[in-house]
Amino acid sequence: MADRLLALRRIGKLFGPNRVLDGVSVDLNEGEVHILAGENGAGKTTLIKILAGIHTDYEGTIELRGRPVRFATPHEANRAGISVIHQELSLIDTMSVMDNISLGREPALGGGVWLDRRGQEDRALALCRRLSLDFSAADLARPVGQFPLSIKNLVEIAKALAFDARILVMDEPTSALSRAEVDRLFTLIEALRARGCGIIYITHKMEEIYRVADRITVLRDGRWVGTAPADDCPEPKLIQWMIGRELALQSRQRARAPGEAGRAALEIRGFRVPHPVPGRPAAISDFSVSVQAGEVVGIAGLQGSGGTELFQGLFGAYGAVCGGSVMINGKPFRPESPARSIGSGLSYLTADRKGSGLVAAMSVEHNVTLASLPRVSPGGVLRPRLERASAARQAAALNIRLTSLDQPAGTLSGGNQQKVVLAKWLETRPAVLLLEEPTRGVDIGAKSEIYSLMRQWTSAGMAILLISSELPELLLLSDRILALHRGAVTGEFRRDEATPERILAAAMGSPEGQGEACA
Amino acid sequence: MNPPPLRRWLATPAFRALLALAFVVAIGCAFNAGGAFFHWSTHRDMLRQVSVYGILACGMTLVIISGGIDLSVGSIVGLCAVLFARETLHEGQPALAALGLVLAAGAAIGLASGTLVARFRLQPFVATLAMMVFARGLAKWVSGGQKISQAIQHPDGSFSYVDLPAIFQRLDHRILGGNLSVVTLVFLGCVLLSWLVLEKLRYGRYIYATGGNEEAARLSGVPVARTKLLAYGLSGLFGAVGGICQAVQEQQGDPEAGSTYELTAIAIAVIGGNNLMGGRGGIGLTLLGALTIGTLEKILSINAVGESSRLMLTGAIIVAAVLLQRRRAG
Repeated sequence: MADRLLALRRIGKLFGPNRVLDGVSVDLNEGEVHILAGENGAGKTTLIKILAGIHTDYEGTIELRGRPVRFATPHEANRAGISVIHQELSLIDTMSVMDNISLGREPALGGGVWLDRRGQEDRALALCRRLSLDFSAADLARPVGQFPLSIKNLVEIAKALAFDARILVMDEPTSALSRAEVDRLFTLIEALRARGCGIIYITHKMEEIYRVADRITVLRDGRWVGTAPADDCPEPKLIQWMIGRELALQSRQRARAPGEAGRAALEIRGFRVPHPVPGRPAAISDFSVSVQAGEVVGIAGLQGSGGTELFQGLFGAYGAVCGGSVMINGKPFRPESPARSIGSGLSYLTADRKGSGLVAAMSVEHNVTLASLPRVSPGGVLRPRLERASAARQAAALNIRLTSLDQPAGTLSGGNQQKVVLAKWLETRPAVLLLEEPTRGVDIGAKSEIYSLMRQWTSAGMAILLISSELPELLLLSDRILALHRGAVTGEFRRDEATPERILAAAMGSPEGQGEACA
Repeated sequence: MNPPPLRRWLATPAFRALLALAFVVAIGCAFNAGGAFFHWSTHRDMLRQVSVYGILACGMTLVIISGGIDLSVGSIVGLCAVLFARETLHEGQPALAALGLVLAAGAAIGLASGTLVARFRLQPFVATLAMMVFARGLAKWVSGGQKISQAIQHPDGSFSYVDLPAIFQRLDHRILGGNLSVVTLVFLGCVLLSWLVLEKLRYGRYIYATGGNEEAARLSGVPVARTKLLAYGLSGLFGAVGGICQAVQEQQGDPEAGSTYELTAIAIAVIGGNNLMGGRGGIGLTLLGALTIGTLEKILSINAVGESSRLMLTGAIIVAAVLLQRRRAG
């Protein structure tokens, strides 16, 4: 029997009058990966923040190796050997990788006044080697902001490990990682487990759960539902615990058989998106596709394959810099600006809900109508009744769970926030919808709702281009799948010939899967 | 799960702004300077004295909600005060022509700041700081460094005096049996105009969206650059209105007029509960903020508090009022 590292006993937490946690107990053993699962809003993140010393007024007790503790600050939790890798990275973009890693406990000389630069560098290099992050000393001195999200994520983990943490908490660490990077992370988790660390791991991805879990605890609506060894908790049971009901089976049957539909809603020939930095190879060198009305075409690509640039370019977010020809519903279309694209029947859901999707401070209603304001404000004057009607219709159609249309959109749970952004784009009545990671950071219930909404839209004749880093999602939703590698299409598969292995191999640059896309 | 409506209302910024005002009024009742605080004339004068600041705060609110800041409005007051005085007193222009010219000048300065921010991507603080210095220089150039008053100095050193045009009396005047100053009405007009823009017009929504999440707004088809131009342009326009009011109250155009007024305008917006991060707030909060600051100043002056203590107390009370309004964590 492994030693018990940590026990959370009957933890409760109120936010104002709202109870978000109620008598939750979880424990963690040495060398264990304990999955914390549950829908968004179940209270996982709040529980973690209590453990990390961020929320300090809570009910219940925390025991560390049998001793009760109560952390007043995140620093105290760190010193006690608890490191948390938050969903929102806590890195400072303008500071170097090295400074970020040792932030808060810089090695000091001369009685703690002078920074020990050399010692800092040596330690950081050793740490990165342990994580198989091949950083040179020069890389360590570069600002974190210059690296892609996936590297930042690993820097964040390095930062946590620099504390010699015995207890590591990871809150959806893979949501921005490519497959290869996920593998690297899991290798690291294995190594940490072997060294006797305990890991609390929060994720929404089934395949990850069963890859790393020793035990699983499920929370629902702030309450403990159950804890079980991973072997005794098969997927259907887990899902039932999480949503409190049996999930309707995802049907692969679609309203429209591939190839059956008539007109092409979106026709792209030889599309080219230049690299933002002049002189570098184009982000998208030659992209062609024809999407029929009612069809979903999936795009599989690893981090850095150019999917984001493709969508941004098509939508006119870069301005009129792209080459090639685009037709929407048979009419020539030239990407120039988002406003022009919206007017031509093109809409684009970005992957970064917080950064470029939701206006968190604005009400749900104002978010929903934001992209179609001219329609509810003829002559430039807002018509509250038209606006309310639009928002209410979309909220009902997408089953957005809210207290009031006037509540700030940022107060909704992740899944409902995503539905608000989707509602905004639906209000523009698009002929073609570009969806980038439509279910990122969304719980299982909302995910399946979004899937069935997509089916509803396509059967009404909408054409969808879909980017998703989750292969099962792509396979489930797409009629055809294109593999994108370094800005070019490296494979096209009909639904009946698509397998995860073939898609992945093509997305990694060769049918044999010899190469690997770099981030 | 959900808080009852009353509790929810108690958590709104509007209620908290009211609380701050009530707090200051309570201080006034306690230190009423022998009952002076209970006379309407005290509050009438307060409203008159806070009006120019309040007018500037209207423009400041628009800019702050759009995610920026406008440090140039104090200098615009100086520039527009001397322009207005020169046109009406020295050039003898008809009042309407002078008003038109001065308002256009203020709006132009605001649009210039807006262009620097929206097209050239300067940080609002830097762009409007530069404009603050530039407009102050322009005010001194226009006036030759002198106050422009009824006294006109001739090249031979002699003075002649011009009559004060009717527009001065008309604006610096009280109506409703002497119970309300015209400049207060002008202030309330500016509040109303800002409210219409923010709450009723499509562009008002654009201002909130731009300040709340510029990238999301841009991708939603919001004309972000034009929205910022509008916010800074209106701020400049309100600066000109403030300059005109300043000139008629002083009966002259002082090129130093309006120094540090931008800071008071920011204080008013903030004390009302507008968030300097942008994207939230409203003009009603700014109105409450103006009343709070005005009442505070009045209490200090009727109690004959010396200037040094007055400034220190004002600073302390701004902090107290903002702390009072801060939302509880979570």
